[in-house]
Order: sequence, then C-alpha cells, then structure tokens
Amino acid sequence: MSVLVNKDSKIIVQGFTGNEGAFHAEQMIDYGTNVVGGVTPGKGGQTHLDKPVYNTVDQAVTAAGADVSIIFVPPPFAADAIMESAAAGIKVIICITEGIPTKDMIKVKEYLKNYDCRLVGPNCPGVITPGEAKVGIMPGFIHNPGRIGIVSRSGTLTYEAVDQVTKAGMGQSTCIGIGGDPIIGTTTKDAVKMLMEDDDTDGIVMIGEIGGGMEAEAAYYVRDHGTKPVVGFIAGQTAPEGRTMGHAGAIVGGAEDTAEAKMRIMRECGIAVVESPATIGAKMAELMAVLA
Amino acid sequence: MNLHEYQGKGILKSFGVAVPESIVADTPEKALEAAKSLQESTGSESWAIKAQIHAGGRGKGGGVKIAKSLEEVTQFANDILGMQLVTPQTDAKGKLVQLILVEQSIYYPGPSEIQEFYVSVLLNRETGKNTIMYSTEGGMDIEKVAEETPHLIFNEEIDPAVGIQGFQCRKIAFNLGLSGQAFKEMTKFVAALYKAYDAIDASLFEINPVFKTSDDRIFAADSKVSIDDNALYRHKDIAEMRDDTQEDPTEVEAASHDLNFVKLDGNVGCMVNGAGLAMATMDIIKLSGGEPANFLDVGGTANAERVEKAFRIILKDESVKAILVNIFGGIVRCDRVAQGVVDAYNNIGDIKVPIIVRLQGTNAIEGKEIIDNSGLKVISAILLQDAADRVKEVLA
Repeated sequence: MSVLVNKDSKIIVQGFTGNEGAFHAEQMIDYGTNVVGGVTPGKGGQTHLDKPVYNTVDQAVTAAGADVSIIFVPPPFAADAIMESAAAGIKVIICITEGIPTKDMIKVKEYLKNYDCRLVGPNCPGVITPGEAKVGIMPGFIHNPGRIGIVSRSGTLTYEAVDQVTKAGMGQSTCIGIGGDPIIGTTTKDAVKMLMEDDDTDGIVMIGEIGGGMEAEAAYYVRDHGTKPVVGFIAGQTAPEGRTMGHAGAIVGGAEDTAEAKMRIMRECGIAVVESPATIGAKMAELMAVLA
Repeated sequence: MNLHEYQGKGILKSFGVAVPESIVADTPEKALEAAKSLQESTGSESWAIKAQIHAGGRGKGGGVKIAKSLEEVTQFANDILGMQLVTPQTDAKGKLVQLILVEQSIYYPGPSEIQEFYVSVLLNRETGKNTIMYSTEGGMDIEKVAEETPHLIFNEEIDPAVGIQGFQCRKIAFNLGLSGQAFKEMTKFVAALYKAYDAIDASLFEINPVFKTSDDRIFAADSKVSIDDNALYRHKDIAEMRDDTQEDPTEVEAASHDLNFVKLDGNVGCMVNGAGLAMATMDIIKLSGGEPANFLDVGGTANAERVEKAFRIILKDESVKAILVNIFGGIVRCDRVAQGVVDAYNNIGDIKVPIIVRLQGTNAIEGKEIIDNSGLKVISAILLQDAADRVKEVLA
C-alpha cells in the first residue's frame, strides 16, 4: 500500500519545461515513476521528455487522469500553481518550491480547506515510495523498498536518515519530506498518522528541528494512538536561541519550542529519541530486532 | 529583514497609523535643527532622543533619553551618536549608533490619564493565520508579562478570507479598557496597523508601547517591524532600507556569496549542505566534545568557488581548531565537492587546522579517493559516526 504515492499514481509536473522541473522530471522518469505529463502555460500540445505538455492542470486531469502533482514553479507563481492543482481535482500536491512568501501561503492554506486534497511542502524534498514512485528531488539510489516510514522537515538530513536505515539492512515504505516553511500543508503529525495507519509500515523515523510545536503535537498523537515503534531526532540542540524569531513569536511558540523540550516531550510520549544523528538507523534496527 | 524604528514608523504613517512627529538625524547639529522644527510644528517643549539600532531594550543601555531643553537635545545627541550601545538583546560589544530619532514628546499633561499598551501582529504557525496579540501591560518586557500575568495577554486571529473586521477592532479596544474618544482612536489604529502589516508582507509588527495621551489620542510610540524575506522581491522600496551595518560583517559577506552563515562561539567550524543537516552536524560536534563555531549551509551547489569562500569565512575565526565538512550528495556529486575542497585547500595555502571531510551519497567513494590521494592533511570519512570520531580525535 504505502502512502501518498505508489506505482499507480498518475503524476504531472508543474513547471515541466523549466530548468529545475525538466531536470528532476527526467530523474523521476529514470527512477520508473509514472509521470503522465507536465504543465507549462502556453506550451500545451508540445512534447517534452516524450511526455505531453498541457496548458492547464485541468487539461492534464481530463486528458491523462492525473491525480498527483509535483510543483517546480518559481516562488512568485507557486501559490497560484498549488491552487490550480486543487481546483482541478488533484489529490496529492507536492510543492518543492523554496521561498514562497508567507502571505501567499496563508491564502493557499485557507483555499485548500474547500478541496479534498493533501498538500506536502512547500520547501521540501518531496515524497518517495522506493521501488514505485519518486516524486521529489531526493537521490533515488540511497532508498530501498522496505517497511520503515520516514518523516522529516529537512532535505539532506532526511537522506542521512534514509541512508542509515538502508545501511542497517532495512528499507523504507514511504519517506515524506514535509518542508521547513512556517506554513506547510502536511504536518509532522499528519505524516506520522498516515504511516501509523499504513499496513506496509512497521516502524517510523520522525525527524524534527527547533521552532514551532509540530513535533510535540505528533508526539502526543503517538502517545495516544501509537501502535508501532517510533525513533525520533531533533536537529538544533546547539542552535542559538532567538536568532530568527522575534520576541513576540517566541511567546506564541511557547516552551515546547526548543530541541531540549521537544526531545523531552517525545521521550515522555514513548518515542525512542536519539541524541546523535549518527545513530538513527542503528536505533531503528534495534527496535525492529525486538519486534522480530 | 529588520527595519529601524524610524523606517517602520515611516511605513506605518503612510498607512494611516498615528505616530508621533519625528525627524532622523546623524549629527548633533541636525538633531538640534530637528528639535527646533518639531517645536514649531507640534509645540513640543521636550523631545525623545532615540538611538536607531536593530535591537530592543535600548533604554536600558542608555540609548533613549528625554531632553527637556534644546541644550539637552545637543548634549544627548552627542552622548548617543557614535556610542556602542549594549542592550539585553545585543552581544557584549553592542551596536554602533549612527542615527538618532528626535521625536516630539507625547507625555504632555492633560485631562485624562496617560496609558501604555502592547500590540503586535504576527503569524500563528499552528493555525496558519495572522494574529493580533495585545495587552494592557505596555511599555514593559512582554515575555515577563506572559510569564507572570498571562491572563493579561489577548489574541485576536484574523480570517485570511475577509481580513480584519470592525467587531475585532472594537473588541480589542474594549479589552484594553478604553472608552469615548480613545476607544474610537484605538479601533482606527488597530485597523490601520493590520492593513499595513498585510500590505507590506510583514512577518512581525511589535508596537510597545502603544501610547494613549492625556488628550485621548493613540500613538505608536515605538515600532519593531520585520519583513518576510521571501516577499522582498515585490517591495523593492523596502528592500532598499536594509542596513547591513547592523548585521555581523562576516554574515553579510557570507550572504553576498549565497552562503547561509551564523557565527557562534565554539571551536569547531562546519560546512554542510542543507539547514537541517547543518544543525545536526553542530549537534554531533557537541557530542564529540567540541563546540560548534558556526552554522554554515553551502546550499545545493557546493562547487569549488563556494567551498573556498566558505573555508575563508570559517578560517577568519581564530578560535576554530578544526573544521568538519559534511556533505550528503544528492544532486550535488561528492567527487565534485571533493575536488572543490582540494582546490580550495591549495588556493588558500596555509590552512593550519585539521579538516575532516565527510562525503556521503552520490559518488561518495570517488570523492573519498580524491581526498585520500590529494596528499593534503585532510581526513576523509563516509559514515557520520566516523566523522564524529575523527572530530573527537583531533580535539583530544
């Protein structure tokens, strides 16, 4: 089963013919991902990477039955691209674009409430179900089909965790990069919940970082509904306080904001928290061995 | 991006938010001229002289003074201009004051009591909506208020679909205990403040205090304004207000090369691709017995030029005893990065601290070979734990 994307997903690339979009679309196709086409306004009717180009997402849905979209559109136009996908009936929208203004994302978040769809990102590496579909910018070869789900806010740190899990002799069911922006479509809790309910996932790696209350929210979910082992890591134990956040933001963020506080909450909720990012894979292997 | 008080107030004023009359000055002579001009236009017989730096708590460091005569204006301007102002929000060196704001005094006597409130606008990350946070306890440290009397802090969330509504402005003004003319002024103030926040893509407005005068007028007596960096492309006029002199010079230099760098106080420098992995690398330095000397994200294209620039920036810090390079190759190939490290090392020439290079991901083996065969005093590693162990060894 896995979650979000699989071999049957019909994927379109928004920003298909741009530099970024074209490069990564090719990598995705090489991995064996079912890319059914792309969208570049004004280039509809052309062919790119042997796939049809459409003017609108709506056309791609009608003509190719697209149900998943990955977005490489530049920041000023990315919010519009997300809303276009939602309005066209796309079910899973994965936005890679980094640098979208917060004000645009506030609108997007509100807009998406009217549609039955899930946004992952923005500012994320995407989603991969190894061996089936790579819908993102992650290096495919470090992944291995398996039964560990991975959730993370960052890019290269996700790859690090994936690599450790693979090297420890396991594989991944689905890896979800949820993104590092203040407003994102899928939260840590949303992703953990999906993997907790997935029959093909036996264990979950949850990687967070300083700022916001998402990890605490996910930890409380694990405490109340958890049925599988969860390994956790929080990046930024040594990060200086208050460098990026204003005074007032720190209050709303509350005391659950620091790496220390998040790690404590996660431990209290039964998550196996590792202090060193080098031991994520080993810890998961240990927990899986106990299960077996 | 942070703005100075005077810049923030200029923007607020253009959106109809009431601010005291003020003039910015960079010499005592201009400060005196400003005070005279304000005396003429407002009738003010005293003036606030306020240091313009990017940090709060200026009053505590002697950066804000009330001048009761023109002589005092000159004297205080002399005192404050050119000082290294240290506040609870700066480091021990403080920040150089190059500009002061000369402002009409709003503490004049009148029929009603003077009051100070707190109002800020910011994003509530949990709900994805902007929130107006306000309190009757203005003019003091809001973190302290939150800790000691949290029931005196209120939040009003703004619906993104329709924006701020009249009833919300009235609710805020009532909760602040206002009535009559001051109530009316406050509802207008809040509406204009939110309009400004929304229009300029701000990420934080903090007005502390919002001041009620003795004749029931409402003013933004201070302004802390931050703008969403991602939105600066559509606010060219605001982008030009950036004052690089307020930032750490090394960080400014790094930013000009597209390197995301934050200076810290430790002894092990690091260079990493990706912010999350960079923070994780700092953590592993600490677990290995060192202290991170910096945060440095070289981004997606770690080529020779950027690697060299990053090395040079890290090496400026004399307390750096070792450097850990941690690259997880995805799109960026490890052999390219390895060659970049070797070239940078040769170009710089006299690197005296041990360098540990950990390459993993695309072409990691080839990358390690390039490092190992370079003949340079660079230690290579593939696993993150190996890299951590090497850091421990070189620090021992």
